[in-house]
Amino acid sequence: MEFFVAQLLTGLANASSLFLVACGLSLIFGVTRIVNFAHGSLYMLGAYVGYSFMQTLPGAVGFWGAILLAGVVVGIIGVLIEVLVLRPVYRAPELFQLVATFGVILVIQDLTLIIWGPEDLLGPRAPGLRGVYRIMGEPIPKYDIVLLAITPFIALALWYLITQTRVGVLVRAATQDREMVGALGVNQAVLFTGVFALGSALAGLGGALQLPKGGADLLMDFHILAPVFVVVVIGGMGSLPGAYLAAVIISVLNVFGVTYLPQSTLVLMFVVMVVVLMIRPYGLFGREEVAGEHGQVGEPELPIKPASTNVRLIVMVGLALLALLPLFGSSFAMVLTTDILIFCLFAASLHFLLGLGGLVSFGHAAYYGGGAYIAALLVTHANSPMELAFILAPLGAGLAALAIGWVCLRLTGVYFAMLTLAFAQLLWSLVFQWGSVTGGDDGLVNIWPSDWLNSTTAFFYFALIFSVGGILVLRHVAHSPFGYALRAARDSKRQAESTGINTQRVQLLAFGFAGLMGGLAGALFVFSKGSVFPNELEIARSFDALIVVFLGGVKTLAGGVAGAAFFKGVEDLLTRFEYWRLVMGLLIIFVVIVAPQGIVGSIRKAAIRMNVLKQGKHS
Amino acid sequence: MSVVLETKGLTKAFGGLVAVDDVSFQLQKGELLALIGPNGAGKSTCFNMLMGQLPPTSGEVFLGGERINGLSPRQIWRKGVGRTFQITSTYSSMTVIENVQMALLSHNGDVFKFLPFAHKMYREKAMELLDMVGMAAQADRHCAVLAYGDLKRMELSIALAHDPQLLLMDEPTAGMAPKERVALMELTAKIVEDRGVSVLFTEHDMDVVFAHSHRIMVLNRGKLIAEGNATEIRNSPLVQEVYLGGGTLFDAEEGADA
Repeated sequence: MEFFVAQLLTGLANASSLFLVACGLSLIFGVTRIVNFAHGSLYMLGAYVGYSFMQTLPGAVGFWGAILLAGVVVGIIGVLIEVLVLRPVYRAPELFQLVATFGVILVIQDLTLIIWGPEDLLGPRAPGLRGVYRIMGEPIPKYDIVLLAITPFIALALWYLITQTRVGVLVRAATQDREMVGALGVNQAVLFTGVFALGSALAGLGGALQLPKGGADLLMDFHILAPVFVVVVIGGMGSLPGAYLAAVIISVLNVFGVTYLPQSTLVLMFVVMVVVLMIRPYGLFGREEVAGEHGQVGEPELPIKPASTNVRLIVMVGLALLALLPLFGSSFAMVLTTDILIFCLFAASLHFLLGLGGLVSFGHAAYYGGGAYIAALLVTHANSPMELAFILAPLGAGLAALAIGWVCLRLTGVYFAMLTLAFAQLLWSLVFQWGSVTGGDDGLVNIWPSDWLNSTTAFFYFALIFSVGGILVLRHVAHSPFGYALRAARDSKRQAESTGINTQRVQLLAFGFAGLMGGLAGALFVFSKGSVFPNELEIARSFDALIVVFLGGVKTLAGGVAGAAFFKGVEDLLTRFEYWRLVMGLLIIFVVIVAPQGIVGSIRKAAIRMNVLKQGKHS
Repeated sequence: MSVVLETKGLTKAFGGLVAVDDVSFQLQKGELLALIGPNGAGKSTCFNMLMGQLPPTSGEVFLGGERINGLSPRQIWRKGVGRTFQITSTYSSMTVIENVQMALLSHNGDVFKFLPFAHKMYREKAMELLDMVGMAAQADRHCAVLAYGDLKRMELSIALAHDPQLLLMDEPTAGMAPKERVALMELTAKIVEDRGVSVLFTEHDMDVVFAHSHRIMVLNRGKLIAEGNATEIRNSPLVQEVYLGGGTLFDAEEGADA
């Protein structure tokens, strides 16, 4: 019993940072509809800034002052981000801002590295709170008790701000109907900036508050991201009480998990999320997501046509040149091209779902990494020949996608995206923690192709055929009745349903098909590298694909492939520099602001403007 | 004359509010039947029950003698009911003809085909349908750039794609210019005559209603209060009271229906 209480208290103390970060994210999403992936970075900045202040400011006043100052500084950084990066892209297609925030993550990562260096920083203890209290005989750090006591007050203060003040009324009004608030004469720009600043400050506070418990390191931005999203989604996007309750649930669960089920701590969180969303699709206190139901944001997508003879000729010449690569290119060039081709197929499979289906999956790495792992597991444990593993991997990934899609497609919008993310993370945690089968962090190695493919040149052709083949199949399906039905379900579900199209079945099948193709890319990947590690399943891999699809152009058929080729190529050039993340992040932000239609979309627009391309017969 | 659509005691209650109250009517083959009433009378609720969007609280709907309430919009469409929406619902990323082809693909059970090129399928039939509503010249335009009246006509051709025996039109002329309204209803009347389709429509524009409908039903506060031809309805004191004033009008405005 004593132990139980102690565990509970530790869990509640841990909930405090999580709650601060989560409610900041929730606020920002509620008002601006931006899913701010850089929120973890703001949390990290809070920790680093707080650390620096604590080094210079003396005593207890200095300690608590440093935490407050960290909140203020991060709030100001939030204002900068909002004004410089997000404000120019509010009118861009839905979720495009997400990519911009991802650019911000990269920039902040490298800036932090430049300013504070690569070493982990050990957080200073809070003055006067160094020891432990004995509660029912169990030692509880004094700082934990303080945290546990402070959090409800912060929550209460926020609750007061939101429910009792004029600012709060505006924020709640904007959460329900942005346009109406704008029409009533409220300056939306100021409101958005203010909310973003508040949310950022809360994240900074959270980062600084946990310093004595966890210190500061360069990985904490991604580490907090998954639990924070889980908390926000479980609580209901935009709900503060929900965020608090969910933060407590997750933290307590985590503490008990570490004690009783150390093998499953990571999985547990996502299992809870999946269960909650199955029962309450919009979180504990959330309301049905209405944003995005007013059709697509931005310009309507142009009708698609199969490629003209000219384009086909150009593509054929390009492919012929690629096929000749082994004759004049180095073996490095072949390996790099193989990587790019595989990534293009991965991106194209996500684009199929995202572009044609309007289904924003945040967890597409599940099928790519899943395919890779299925192949690797078959080779490692069943000694299966490469050919068989190569066939079974995409099929397995496709089946997994069907199962996951069946659950996720009950939800829409951001909740759908979050549930796909949760499933991907679930898979990742499973692989990461089930070391005896999957090798855990050490991955699975020695997964080489059969002898006939065991030269760089042979595998290059193999990858070329399957990647290009896969991309062409995806493209063809876009022009088939099924592809049309998928677009119909996206454009107007109502019309599709009342003309006899089973939109749910169409979308589910598309999900499975995209998973199959993602799995194919994963299978190609594992045999090209000879090994696979859990990072092929992680959030960052899903985001890689999302980013290139958005930057390539969601509303164009070639967007996924073009974006993937461009960014994989650029990445290879950039990673030779020490601070490549900074440059990559800036590049992403630049593309987002300058070319919100994506690369292909912008080129097409320029071509139409210069009369190279005809826009259509009558217009 | 045979009965195409029949409702018996159709009722829908939202909590305590009875939006549609014991509505029974019959629609004959080849008939153009108008359902009118002030805002909040329950017209759209009634429509949504006929189309399967809302389950009735009680009462039944029969299509050609077969009970259809409880079926999904998809199933009802397959039984030969077409519909147009008050606010057009179109596939904005497609051309005009592709919008029609999509309905034809669905009708012919081709939705789950991965191999053929969709834009080549049923093109002639789609062109015939567009020609019928006078949209053939615009077949290859991007439907997102069409004028609203043209979208309405395109939607009509989509609704006719599977040769329906019954057409449900929810405010077919809403949002159109007066001249276009008359033209669209003339077109509808002609289609009724040529194809023997039966039409039930709701409408606010009385010129349209009186000029083209064979029979008119008046709904007020969920109840059918009058039924008859244009002259009978025009001269009904009850209808005049509902539309031009009298005690019940402002109470009726409280309804949830728009």
